[in-house]
Amino acid sequence: MKFTLSWLKDHLETDATLDQIVEKLTALGLEVEGVEDRSKELKPFRVAHVVSAEKHPDADKLRVLVVDTGTEKLQVVCGAPNARAGLKGVFAPEGAYIPGSDITLKKGVIRGVESNGMMCSERELKLSEEHNGIIELPDDAPVGVAYADYAGLGDPVIDISLTPDRADCAGVRGIARDLAAAGLGRLKPLAAEPVKGAFASPFGVTIEAPDACPMYVGRYFRGVKNGPSPKWLHDKLVAIGQRPISALVDITNFITFDLSRPLHAFDADKVKGGIVVRLAREGETLAALNGKEYPLDPSMTVIADHERAEALGGIIGGEASGCTEATVNVFLEAAIFDTVRTAQTGRKLGIESDARYRLERGVDPAAVVSGMERATRLILEICGGEASDLVIAGEEPQWRRTLTLRPGRVAALGGVEVPRDEQTRILIDLGCEIVGEDVDGTLRVVPPSWRADIHGEADLVEEVLRIHGFDAIPATPLPRESVLTRPALTTKQRRVGLTKRTLAVRGLSEAVTWSFMAGPVAELFGGVGEGLTLVNPISADLDVMRPSILGNLIQAAGRNADRGYADVGLFEVGPAFRKPSPDGQDIVAAGIRAGNAVPRHWAEKARGVDAFDAKADAMAVLEAAGAPVTNLQVTTDAPGWYHPGRSGMLRLGPTVMARFGEIHPTVLGTLGVKGPVVGFEVFLDAIPLPKKKVGTARPLVQLSPFQPLERDFAFVVGKDVEADKLIRAAKGADKALVRDVTVFDVYQGTNVEEGKKSVALSVTLQPTERTLTEPEIEAIGQKIVAAVAKATGGSLRS
Amino acid sequence: MLDALKDELLSQVNAAGDLAALEEVRVTALGKKGRITGFMKELGGLSPDERRERGQQLNALKDEIAAAIDGRKADLARAHLEARLQAERIDVTLPVRPETEGRIHPISQTIDEMVAIFAEMGFSVAEGPDVEDDFHNFTALNFPPGHPARDMHDTFYLPDAGDKKMLLRTHTSPVQVRTMLNKKPPIRIIAPGRTYRSDYDMTHTPMFHQIEGLVIDEATHMGHLKGCLIEFCRAFFDVDDLPLRFRPSFFPFTEPSAEVDIGCSRKGGELKLGNYGDWLEILGCGMVHPNVLEACGIDSTKYQGFAFGMGIERVAMLKYGIPDLRTFFEADLRWLKHYGFVPLDVPSMAQGLTR
Repeated sequence: MKFTLSWLKDHLETDATLDQIVEKLTALGLEVEGVEDRSKELKPFRVAHVVSAEKHPDADKLRVLVVDTGTEKLQVVCGAPNARAGLKGVFAPEGAYIPGSDITLKKGVIRGVESNGMMCSERELKLSEEHNGIIELPDDAPVGVAYADYAGLGDPVIDISLTPDRADCAGVRGIARDLAAAGLGRLKPLAAEPVKGAFASPFGVTIEAPDACPMYVGRYFRGVKNGPSPKWLHDKLVAIGQRPISALVDITNFITFDLSRPLHAFDADKVKGGIVVRLAREGETLAALNGKEYPLDPSMTVIADHERAEALGGIIGGEASGCTEATVNVFLEAAIFDTVRTAQTGRKLGIESDARYRLERGVDPAAVVSGMERATRLILEICGGEASDLVIAGEEPQWRRTLTLRPGRVAALGGVEVPRDEQTRILIDLGCEIVGEDVDGTLRVVPPSWRADIHGEADLVEEVLRIHGFDAIPATPLPRESVLTRPALTTKQRRVGLTKRTLAVRGLSEAVTWSFMAGPVAELFGGVGEGLTLVNPISADLDVMRPSILGNLIQAAGRNADRGYADVGLFEVGPAFRKPSPDGQDIVAAGIRAGNAVPRHWAEKARGVDAFDAKADAMAVLEAAGAPVTNLQVTTDAPGWYHPGRSGMLRLGPTVMARFGEIHPTVLGTLGVKGPVVGFEVFLDAIPLPKKKVGTARPLVQLSPFQPLERDFAFVVGKDVEADKLIRAAKGADKALVRDVTVFDVYQGTNVEEGKKSVALSVTLQPTERTLTEPEIEAIGQKIVAAVAKATGGSLRS
Repeated sequence: MLDALKDELLSQVNAAGDLAALEEVRVTALGKKGRITGFMKELGGLSPDERRERGQQLNALKDEIAAAIDGRKADLARAHLEARLQAERIDVTLPVRPETEGRIHPISQTIDEMVAIFAEMGFSVAEGPDVEDDFHNFTALNFPPGHPARDMHDTFYLPDAGDKKMLLRTHTSPVQVRTMLNKKPPIRIIAPGRTYRSDYDMTHTPMFHQIEGLVIDEATHMGHLKGCLIEFCRAFFDVDDLPLRFRPSFFPFTEPSAEVDIGCSRKGGELKLGNYGDWLEILGCGMVHPNVLEACGIDSTKYQGFAFGMGIERVAMLKYGIPDLRTFFEADLRWLKHYGFVPLDVPSMAQGLTR
């Protein structure tokens, strides 16, 4: 919402400076987005007279002008096609900064002819995009006068950002009222003497949709003369960036911005029969004033004549019945439209208009007639003619409501004491009526008709605080509930942080990728869940909620490889989506590694990533998150986006805690990413929480004073026997003594029978009571061999 | 005569160039057939007095030679080790074996910092789903159907689930609703998380993060809101005298509502935070609207409190000088290495938020 300082002063009597006003506006919640004071920028530009114009001796398209600047006559070289003797325009002397071209003028010699300054185009002054010629001013423009003053641009323009609740401040008067209440001056009275009708309106108004339009006030004008607006009106509109059109249209726009009272002027000779306010008919269309044709539907309010829709109520007028220079008879509309319907229609058709902006926020229901009267005076004054009696259809909606305010609530809610008298003063200055007071001091307050946003006590408290000033509220420390605070995170939440930092320590960097992905990518990862395809995606490649994080990470690996970084380690802890419900999203820690796990190096052999890198990551996450990793089982039934022979799932009983492995080459191929890529997904929510136990003590540690000893066993087993079976068997052979079993060699080939493999285990025995004797060790060895043989059918390699 | 022997043997010891030569000297002097041993054997033929005197002389000589041999042995061993170590010289300027350490994303780090600060003020962390319904995201938060404020949210919609309009939450405020529906006051929570709006340009991404704060009890007022946010902003941005400005604003779910600016300077195109006279908007807040309390089953005549919401990327960009919002979501390793955080740099109020 833009307005000029002088426009504000039409309503506000004040001595405040521009800076004070700007600061107060922001403090009132009318946030100042910018102040444009063009008089400063345009200071060097003056009205000048071209005394003579000769062709440049050395250039066909240039002219040599003698320009009278009011103080001297200067020679200026000019290339504008309209540069000619007698023209009045805008002159910039050397040294002037030209805002439209971002240069500072220097005295120059153009093709051998000295040039002292410049005659300017509108673009050079940032007035418009016009640059085909220099500005031409009327013959009576006073030479030597500052152009900004002459053009009425000397008036600072203030731009405020309006919150959606403040329809009243979509008019300059509302802004002035807030400033006055805040002590920055006095609100001037608004003259709104009714104009007596000279005849009865030949048009009647029928409201067929009272919900959509509760009140419609119309007035017929005959014998008006439409034309350009007078300078004051023209300048006001130009200053706030509005394009003046014709006096009739400009008057409606002026009232819109002045009082937040949108109006519409029909050319009465193009309206057939009279006005009907109704809902649009199926298939009906409207060719609007903006040159576009809109399809209408029965949810939209139209202003129709007896034949067709002539305007979209509260949004935009129709082209056919719009006012032109030739308009003689006018029908002027001031109405109230349903806010929700107005907003929905505007949104549906994509029409942003000054009328919609105000009517969807809710205009003053008690100012329909007074707005019409103000406009009537201006039309009669500027365009002449005579006005009919008012035609009023419907009635002023009931807006009076009595609210209560306990003055103590201001301190209780606001944290600042505002004296009771000051509270009532503020409310009255804002237009509230204090209609009574209860014995306990509770005030009965009727908010003004223009403040539909005030519904209850909290709103009244806000008004008092807002005008009193938020700055006056003393900052108060939030009291502690206890001396020491309790942890902010639950065990589950804490796991997320531990997971992230564990993975980062392991060399993976944390990514945050979209919760979306492309539908076809989701298909590679089990498919999108029902109800998780966006109705209005921002683009086709972000149109579903991701069923797995891996797709996004693999694509990120591809992008990094394209940039020349092929060795990639990325993880993300975030949601994966199964169902559109609160329990339909899982917190997943997913990660990928691509390229080399060990890069080429003088001391190390390069090694590409493999499934065990991903398995190690998954296990590290599970360990960090507190899963009982020693009890996990590995199964080989990972889903289809993994390599079927190089992937696995980590389960606790039947519950899948994690899956890992090489990514399926088809998936990589479809995503255009070079392999191998390995990945893992850990389902953090699936990890059981530690059992609630008494206290924090851990079980007592048993540290044996006896040396542990290692024994190696090489078994020959079938080639498909899983190593895990050997390990478990060896561990189970003597649970008290066998502390650890590791696999130090897996071999297939010479000296091992076809279809078999050799698996070498290193078993650590930890005696706890005494040193073992050689026969005892021998006996345990035999137990291990027997257990492995029983579990796998394998035998010791001879 | 023994003096001459001693000189001869000592010179042999010192001349021994290696352990083998030294052993030869030892055998020559002290071995079974050694020269000192030989003299010892001759002692038997002497008178007792002579024997005692001669014996003492011989023992002293023996000890002296033995000590000289040990000393020489140690010298040789040292020299030998020295020579070996010299031969083992490596090029220590060679690069070490490859190790990679990952980085924590600035969003996670920023959230951890915020949690550390708010934890000190007694807040705990609450969460809610990304896929929400119209009730939790709008209706319960006092957005009347059709209200223009809904327009400001550029909502992503999912297919309706029965009579529920499903959407991606446009702010973290539905966590307020879920918390109040499930818990009785006093309430003091923060809720960081992903949020979604259909907007994609220089300064908007379709997904971003917010942190929500909610305090509900019987006495919390706007002064507390100011106190809480001033403490937070000064700690978070690490500027002790950072000024805050509370401007009246409008949100459907708070009344009164305010937007909060922090002091800054934009001189020379460079943004600096502090008491420099210029202002930068960073968050919205206000006293929870009675309609919201009632919609969540909380008696608005008894309870009151405040709520605030803040964009996480925005404050991370301000704090860490990250220029472009969109880069947060590109997973560019170079960017992560540069703007990310080492994993053991865990923010805490005890150890400091920022290294």
